[in-house]
Amino acid sequence: MSADKNAAPVARREAEGRPVLEVRPVLQVRDVSLGFGGVRALTEVSFEVNKGELFSIIGPNGAGKTSMLNCISGRYHPTSGRVLLNGRDVTDLTPNVRATLGLGRTFQNLALFGHMSVLDNIMVGRHHLLRNNAVTGALYWGSGARREELAHRRKVEDIIDFLEIAHIRKAVAGTLPYGLRKRVELARAMAVEPSIILLDEPMAGMNLEEKEDMARYIVDLNEEWGMTVVMIEHDMGVVMDISQRVMVLEFGRKIAEGLPDEVMANERVKVAYLGIDDDEEAAGESAA
Amino acid sequence: MESNLLFQLIVNGVIVGTLYGVVAMCFVLIYKSTQVVNFAQGEFLLIGAWTCWWLVTSMALPFWIAFPLTFVFMLVFGIVLQMVVLRPLIGEPVISVIMVTIGLSIFFQAVMKSIFGVWAQPFPEIFPVKSVNVLGLQVQPAYLMSLVVSVVIMGLFAWFFKYSRMGLAMRATAFNQQVAQSLGISVKNVFAMAWAISAMVSALAGVVVGMVNGVSSALSFFGIKVFPAVIVGGLDSIVGAIIGGLIIGLLENLAEYADGQYLHLGNLYTVAPFYVLVIILMIKPYGLFGTKTIERV
Ligand SMILES: Nc1ncnc2c1ncn2[C@@H]1O[C@H](COP(=O)(O)OP(=O)(O)O)[C@@H](O)[C@H]1O
Ligand SMILES: [Mg+2]
Repeated sequence: MSADKNAAPVARREAEGRPVLEVRPVLQVRDVSLGFGGVRALTEVSFEVNKGELFSIIGPNGAGKTSMLNCISGRYHPTSGRVLLNGRDVTDLTPNVRATLGLGRTFQNLALFGHMSVLDNIMVGRHHLLRNNAVTGALYWGSGARREELAHRRKVEDIIDFLEIAHIRKAVAGTLPYGLRKRVELARAMAVEPSIILLDEPMAGMNLEEKEDMARYIVDLNEEWGMTVVMIEHDMGVVMDISQRVMVLEFGRKIAEGLPDEVMANERVKVAYLGIDDDEEAAGESAA
Repeated sequence: MESNLLFQLIVNGVIVGTLYGVVAMCFVLIYKSTQVVNFAQGEFLLIGAWTCWWLVTSMALPFWIAFPLTFVFMLVFGIVLQMVVLRPLIGEPVISVIMVTIGLSIFFQAVMKSIFGVWAQPFPEIFPVKSVNVLGLQVQPAYLMSLVVSVVIMGLFAWFFKYSRMGLAMRATAFNQQVAQSLGISVKNVFAMAWAISAMVSALAGVVVGMVNGVSSALSFFGIKVFPAVIVGGLDSIVGAIIGGLIIGLLENLAEYADGQYLHLGNLYTVAPFYVLVIILMIKPYGLFGTKTIERV
């Protein structure tokens, strides 16, 4: 079972002639359950994400996708089960410690610091990497603070260039159109220099063009930057197109996991997720 | 003669107003970063002033050593207060936390009185001259120092929040704690930092006022004057706090002028800011610079 899972992305990369990355789970989720009072948001969900993978979580509204991401990032504490990041058990650590250990994320709803500039938003992402404080900052020229700042600026510029947001770096984040804000949020998560990045519906509410752009950035982030990505997304066309592996949640339980084609062919998934009119739905989705 | 008096009062208003502004800024800092309404803000002035007074008189330290030592003490005091008293209250209803800060205010008052007595104590002369001549006005050097120090503090605040790593983290946390945490910011550290800075800077105001008026529990009255200032400026605006402080400082002194010259009511100086508070609450409840989302319950 677990050998199968690990083999999948390797096989796909080999088939496509792409370099085979080291197979090592960056993220391990073991039997995670989560309840809110009477509501069971998650029931014994387990999965692993390997280094360099682009892994998608799909499922109907209220299936527990965001709850899963929150358990991984530490915003929610699972009622039972463990979460391991790069082999280390992080279940009892706070979200900010997990971030410093290499976990980046974006949110389903817009979460930019609306009153700050784009550049400042991204700089906040570098918080744990910056050593300078009020004291060394005051000794700006004397200490290494200036050199340090230049190195950070360069890193930040790389991210800004990659996401093509150079023209808006000074803009106040709250004044930007929706699609751009989502891109800035991705930039900020990248600034943390995580080893894995969790994206909660990065394309929700976007028009077709914005979606295509965002999909391309996510693929490039994964392929060129070698970033491990876990993504929640509703647009089945995009998910099946860019994901290496897909997990399906329904009512807080995992009902399928595997290659996109396998998952699409799964009878349970068809019934659960695509509804009874699966032919019609699937046709509509892929046309979009 | 009369216009000279008016001018003098305006200068007084600006000087006292910047001090109000500094204390109001400290109050807003705590409110903005930790959502706590701190009724013990005035006691920070009191504790700071007594600490510095004690170092200068009992310990016989020169002022230029005692002053920074007071700062360090208040920094530690702010951090400990946050960790021991306020951190366990995170997530409790707002009203409980308010009751606790009112309790702290009474507690600190009592402790200061039991240690230092109930009488005002003068600061030893720090400056060699009684007054300096500025544009034809006689100004106490402590007032001059107060003005300079306040402006420098405001500049440092602006720099801190715009450029420093911790300042950026504090702004991020004030805006959205969960998002800030997801970016590796420790909200606990930010909270402790907010209380530490607030206690430290308030203490500075306390020392300055203590040097002019003597140190006594009357200093904590500044904590109450802060309310009209922040209500005018808006509870969550640092710039608003400064402007609100200035407005209240000027208003007090102009009220004194109007009272002394024409009205002869006797205490307009003290109550005028609170008339303004009531009026502002009626017509512009979120202040001149505040966010509109603050609810009137
Ligand atoms: N903070 C919360 N408090 C109570 N119930 C919650 C909370 N977060 C999520 N839930 C519940 O958990 C279930 C899963 O929600 P969610 O993870 O947001 O689903 P999805 O992201 O797949 O749409 C829903 O029934 C939702 O109402
Ligand atoms: Mg969701």
